[in-house]
Amino acid sequence: MSNIYKEITINGLWKQNSGVVQLLGMCPTLAVTTSAVNGLSLGIATALVMAAANGSVSPVRKFVPSEIRVPVFILVIATLVTVIDLSINAFAHPLHKVLGIFIPLIVVNCIVLARVESFAAKNTTVPSILDGFMMGSGLALVLGLLGAIRELVGKGTILSGLDLVFGPVAKQFMWTSTDYHGLLLAVLPPGAFLGLGSLIAIRNWIEIRNIAKTNAAPPVLIPSLHH
Amino acid sequence: MSDSIVKHTSKTAITMIAFAFIGTALLAYVFGITRAPIEASEAEARLALFKQILPENTYDNDLLKQVIKIAPSDLLGNHLPTEANIATLNHKAAGVILEAVAHDGYSGDIKLLIAIRADGSISGVRVLAHKETPGLGDYIDIAHGNWIKLFNNESLAKTPAKLWQVKKDGGKFDYMVGATITPRAVVKAVLKAEQFFEMNRATLFADSKDATSENTDLIQKNKD
Repeated sequence: MSNIYKEITINGLWKQNSGVVQLLGMCPTLAVTTSAVNGLSLGIATALVMAAANGSVSPVRKFVPSEIRVPVFILVIATLVTVIDLSINAFAHPLHKVLGIFIPLIVVNCIVLARVESFAAKNTTVPSILDGFMMGSGLALVLGLLGAIRELVGKGTILSGLDLVFGPVAKQFMWTSTDYHGLLLAVLPPGAFLGLGSLIAIRNWIEIRNIAKTNAAPPVLIPSLHH
Repeated sequence: MSDSIVKHTSKTAITMIAFAFIGTALLAYVFGITRAPIEASEAEARLALFKQILPENTYDNDLLKQVIKIAPSDLLGNHLPTEANIATLNHKAAGVILEAVAHDGYSGDIKLLIAIRADGSISGVRVLAHKETPGLGDYIDIAHGNWIKLFNNESLAKTPAKLWQVKKDGGKFDYMVGATITPRAVVKAVLKAEQFFEMNRATLFADSKDATSENTDLIQKNKD
C-alpha cells in the first residue's frame, strides 16, 4: 500500500513533474516567477487547490455522468480557487496584491484539470489528495526555484518580498547584494523562458545520467501527456 | 427508448444543478465570512499609504470617511469618477489626497496618489500602480528609489509651472539617464494635479463641510 504513496510522491515531484516534464501550467510558471517568494506562494496556492480539487472529486466520481464530468470538475475547481482567493485576500492581504491577478488563473491551469481527470476520477480519495498535493508541490518547487534564479540573476536579491507574506519581521531573512545590480533580462519575460529551459535541461541531464548508471531503457524526453 | 433518454438527461441535469448549488452555497458562505476581514485590510492598507504621504499629526479626522466624489477631469487624467479624501485639523481644512493618472508613461498608465496641503504645497506623492520597465523606469516607485520624494514641499507658488519638467527639458526635476519618459509623465501628472487643486480648492474644501456638519462656519471662514 505504501508503495502506491511512494510512487505518487516520486511521480509528482520528479518523474511526471508538471513544471519541467509535463510542461502544463506554463502561464503562471513564466509570468509569476520574478521572485522566489512570488513563485513559491503561487505554487503553494496551486498545490492546495489541486489537493482540495482531487479530494472533492474523488469521493463523488461515481455520481458524475461522464458527459458532464468536465463542467462539473471545472465548477469544483473554480469554487475552490475562489475560496482560496478570498481567504488570501482576507488573511494575507499584501500577498494578494502581488499575486492577485494570477490566483483566479489557477482555474485555467491545465495541470489542475489534468490531475482531476486522469487521477481523481479513477482513484480513491486518499491517494487522490496525495496526488494533487504532490503534483502541485512539484510545480511549486519549479516555480520557487525559477523565481529564485531570476531574482538572484536579475535583481541580486534573495527572498525579497518575504515580508509581504510573514510581516515586517521577515525582512531580516532577505539578502541584497551590495555591488551587483542585476541583469534586467532575467526579470523580463525572456528570462523566464531561458530559466525554464535551463531547468528542463538540467533535469533531463540528471535523468539521463541516472538511467545510464542503471543501464535501463532510454528516457522519454518529450513531455509525456499520455495518461 | 425515448423514456431512457429523458431519464438519462434529467439525471445529468439534476447532477449538474446539484453541483452548481453546492458550489454557490459554499462560495456565499466563504464570501460572508471573509468580507469583513477583506474590507478591514483594504482600509488598513489604504490608511498606511495615506500615512506615508500625509503625516498623522497634520490631521485629526477619519480620512476614509471624509471623501468627496470628483468627476472625470483632464487635469487628473481619470476617465471615471474618483474619490478624494479630505483631511481636516481642528475642523479646518488641512489637505486633500487626490488620485491622478498619467497616460504618457513608457508602458501603460501610471496611477498616482498625491497629498496636497491646504496651502497648496505637496505633502507627498506615491505611485499606486505602474507597468514601467523593471530596473529602468521603476525608480518612481518608493520600493525602488527615493525619486518620488523630490515632490515633497513643492508647490506652484515655489516653482513656476514652466519649471515643472525634468532637467533634460529645462525643468528642475532630476531623472535617471536611460529612463526619461517615465519621470516626465509623472512630473506632468503631478503638475496637473496641482493645477486641478488650485482651480477647485473652494469646491474641494467646501464639500468637506457636508461630511462633518458641525464645522460649517469654520470651513466657511477658511474659504474667506
